[in-house]
Amino acid sequence: MSKTLFDKVWDSHVVRKIEDGPDVFFIDRHFIHEVTSPVAFVGLKQRDIGVMYPERTFATADHNTPTWNQHLPVADPLSANQLEALANNAAEYGISHWGLGHRNNGIVHIVGPENGITLPGATIVCGDSHTSTHGAFGAIAFGIGTSEVEMVLSTQCIMQPKPKKMRINVNGKLGFGVTPKDVALYIISKQTTSGATGYFVEYAGDVFEDMTMEGRMTVCNLSIEMGARGGMIAPDEKTFEYIKGRKHTPKGADWDKAMDYWKTLKTDDDAEFDVEFNYDAADIEPMITYGTNPGMGMGITKSIPKADDVEGGTSTYKKSLGYMKFDEGDDMIGKQVDYVFLGSCTNGRIEDFRAFCSIVEGRKKADNITAWLVPGSHKVVDQIKEEGLDKILEAAGFVLREPGCSACLAMNDDKVPAGKLAVSTSNRNFEGRQGPGSRTLLASPLVAAATAVEGVVTDPRTLIEVTA
Amino acid sequence: MAYDKFEVLTSTAYPLPIENVDTDQIIPARFLKATERKGFGDNFFRDWRYDSEGNPIADFPLNDNKYAGSKILIGGKNFGSGSSREHAAWSVYDFGLRCVISSAFADIFKGNCLNVGVLPVQVSADFAQKLFDAIEADSKTEIKVDLPAQTVTLVATGESESFDINGYKKGNMLNGFDDIDYLQNMKEEVGTFAETRPF
Repeated sequence: MSKTLFDKVWDSHVVRKIEDGPDVFFIDRHFIHEVTSPVAFVGLKQRDIGVMYPERTFATADHNTPTWNQHLPVADPLSANQLEALANNAAEYGISHWGLGHRNNGIVHIVGPENGITLPGATIVCGDSHTSTHGAFGAIAFGIGTSEVEMVLSTQCIMQPKPKKMRINVNGKLGFGVTPKDVALYIISKQTTSGATGYFVEYAGDVFEDMTMEGRMTVCNLSIEMGARGGMIAPDEKTFEYIKGRKHTPKGADWDKAMDYWKTLKTDDDAEFDVEFNYDAADIEPMITYGTNPGMGMGITKSIPKADDVEGGTSTYKKSLGYMKFDEGDDMIGKQVDYVFLGSCTNGRIEDFRAFCSIVEGRKKADNITAWLVPGSHKVVDQIKEEGLDKILEAAGFVLREPGCSACLAMNDDKVPAGKLAVSTSNRNFEGRQGPGSRTLLASPLVAAATAVEGVVTDPRTLIEVTA
Repeated sequence: MAYDKFEVLTSTAYPLPIENVDTDQIIPARFLKATERKGFGDNFFRDWRYDSEGNPIADFPLNDNKYAGSKILIGGKNFGSGSSREHAAWSVYDFGLRCVISSAFADIFKGNCLNVGVLPVQVSADFAQKLFDAIEADSKTEIKVDLPAQTVTLVATGESESFDINGYKKGNMLNGFDDIDYLQNMKEEVGTFAETRPF
């Protein structure tokens, strides 16, 4: 029978099908971090059960770590306590642990692929909804709750009903200044923040085939923001090239055997999806959000839609604009901004720093902007330095911080103050997400860079010289 | 973490007719720093229940005395979107609620609720509106959630709608079991399966 990519990977991981119930689903790779794992370990102890396959779980500290002076003791006692719990639990159960200061430390969804833990055809979970990132490699990857973290630790399985299947095709060529982040925000604006609830998405078409692995990770990362369980892209030569030779990637004969399997990981021609959407690359421009969920986004040159023109409840819509202190019909370009955040599991990879630098090179940070530039991992930091991007940033008046989730969810000190407006390359513009009372505009690294040098929301295309 | 069995619940309800309520509102990230599961009820909807000085916002439904003691929350469409933090479901339970009713739930939140003993009940948009209207007319409106029968009923009028839940999860809720209990008995089968995995 014809199968989709998703079917092939899902079906090969079902240990048991329960009638009128979920599938018992085997997990190849499990990431844990300091915030959503401690209670799972408490549960293991209370039930007096152990960890079945410690070699399949990988711990890294990222969510509440400081991004400044990481060599000093963590000042917040509660954060320090969680970091210590992670380290102790990992040591007790024989789980590899990349704590603060470790060479491989960084945001979980960035260090996983960097170290070849993320592989095509694998099933990957983590107590973090942006685990969907790893779908870029043709893996089934999604976020789970802490009870499920405990399940994976104790039996390497979770119990989930198989989601429905959606395919999103984007064909054509992206315009200049349009990045993978814009493609994702565009799709989410069409789907709304709940449009893909109950589905697992496959992204297909020219735009994703042309995209780098970093770009594909950005797109898959944001799948959850339209309610999807996850998103995935069929592996191709780019995927294999990316993973080859990394720390945990199969080597020698194992690699050859794996490649034979990985090359079968694509949707059969006549396989069927429950629902399918087609978008045209030419319709996508640099995007920006204006409300309090990622579905409230639009082309940066557009103005905020009228409440009567949007689907759903007008009271919710007006509440959202009220929080943002925006009015229906407002233009976004030209709005005064206070903070710019480059980083997160969405846009904290080397390509994002290259994009940011392409705009700020030879320019200066605007005086009214506080900029937080937070690489996703130490490896990203190394590459930034290797390519001399740090010099460009320094000359333009920017400071590079140390790796972590940082202002994406503001569990550490990187909090946008109440009422302040931030252009952020992260994934959520929820009320208070970047600090109580903070107001967030989600955008690409190019929009963030253009805004950082101009001090107001700026279309990056006005700062890019067309050389073609 | 075991939870109390769920069979039939009759209670008044807190109305929260706002769409796309995300888990950052249900429990803001700065309250996720515990290493044990306790105290999450205090910070349930923290930033909607209290102003920036920490004073309760009296007319927010969860603070409003006329709904006090309710065991049910009725939320707008797409309730629980966003992060996978189970802390959101814990905070629902720890606040004293056993059931959330909405016309649509985000997937991860829904799954987390079922794993911690909170019953997510999905009803039609029309029926959800009917519940909101009834509560607005009378804050003491009682709602009966009958898990064995899979129905939710407005007690005063008898208007009722059925809801879906798979037989396995229903059995868990009725008995206070969880998936971890189930999986413990499968270790041998999992071990055999794991042998077949290439990586």
